[in-house]
Amino acid sequence: MAEMPRLKIPKEAKKGETIEIKTLLPHVMESGQRKDKDGATIPRKIINKFACEFNGKPVFSATLEPAIAANPYMQFFAKVEESGSFKFTWTDDDGTVTTAEEKIAVT
Amino acid sequence: MMRQLSRRAALAVGAGSAALGLFGWNEDASAAAKEAADEIAKFTGGKQAAPGKITVELPEIAENGNTVPLSITVDAPMTAENYVSDVLVVAEGNPRPGVALFQFSPMSGKAQVSTRMRLAATQNIVVVAKTNGGQYFTGQKLVKVTIGGCGG
Repeated sequence: MAEMPRLKIPKEAKKGETIEIKTLLPHVMESGQRKDKDGATIPRKIINKFACEFNGKPVFSATLEPAIAANPYMQFFAKVEESGSFKFTWTDDDGTVTTAEEKIAVT
Repeated sequence: MMRQLSRRAALAVGAGSAALGLFGWNEDASAAAKEAADEIAKFTGGKQAAPGKITVELPEIAENGNTVPLSITVDAPMTAENYVSDVLVVAEGNPRPGVALFQFSPMSGKAQVSTRMRLAATQNIVVVAKTNGGQYFTGQKLVKVTIGGCGG
C-alpha cells in the first residue's frame, strides 16, 4: 500500500506556459468483476478519485471506474502563471489517500 | 454488425434510447450500449450532444484488453470565460459502461488527457464533453480487442 506515486513534471517553466504532467500510482485496481479459484468474487478495490491542484486551486481531476487499468496513469496539462506547488491526491475505495507534491519555478 | 449497432446506439443518445430494444439479435451488446446511453443521458441531462471537436485515440486493435492506451483531445478554447469543464468516457461493451469522468479548469491549459483502460471485448468507446456554457460535444472510436481484460 505504501507504494510511491511516480511523477513527471518540469522543474521550471515560463509564465503562461502550458506544461505536461504525467502521474502513475502503483495500484492493483481490482475491478470487482474477477472471481478467485473457488468462484468467489474478489471485492472491488480501486483508486476512485484522482485530483491535481496548483497553489490550492483545482487544475484537473478524474473520477475513475474499474475500467481504468491497474497502476492508474494520467497524462494531462497545466497552465502556470506563477511559481508554486502542485499537489496530487489519489483516493482508494478503502479511504486511503495518497498524496504527492512537486514544486515548479515560473519565470 | 457491431459498428452498425454502435452507430445506432450513438444516435439514440439524447433522443431517449428506446430504439435499442428493437435489436434483439445482439442482446448483450445492446444491453451494454443502452446502459452506456443512459450514463450519457444522465451526464447531458437529456440534451443532444453535437458530434465533433473530440478526438478519441485508441489502437485499432488492442491485443491485450487489460491495458489499452486511451487519449482524448477536445478542440475547444480553455480560457477563464470559455472552457471544457467535464469529459465523460463510457464503454459500450464492458460489464459496466463507466470508465471515467475528467474535470478540467481554465488552469488545465488544454482539454487533453491520456490514461490506460480495460476493454472486455471489441466495442465502441464514446466520449462526451461539456463546456462551462452548457454545450455538449461527442466523439467515439471503435476498438477491436483480441483478449478481453475484465478477467473471469
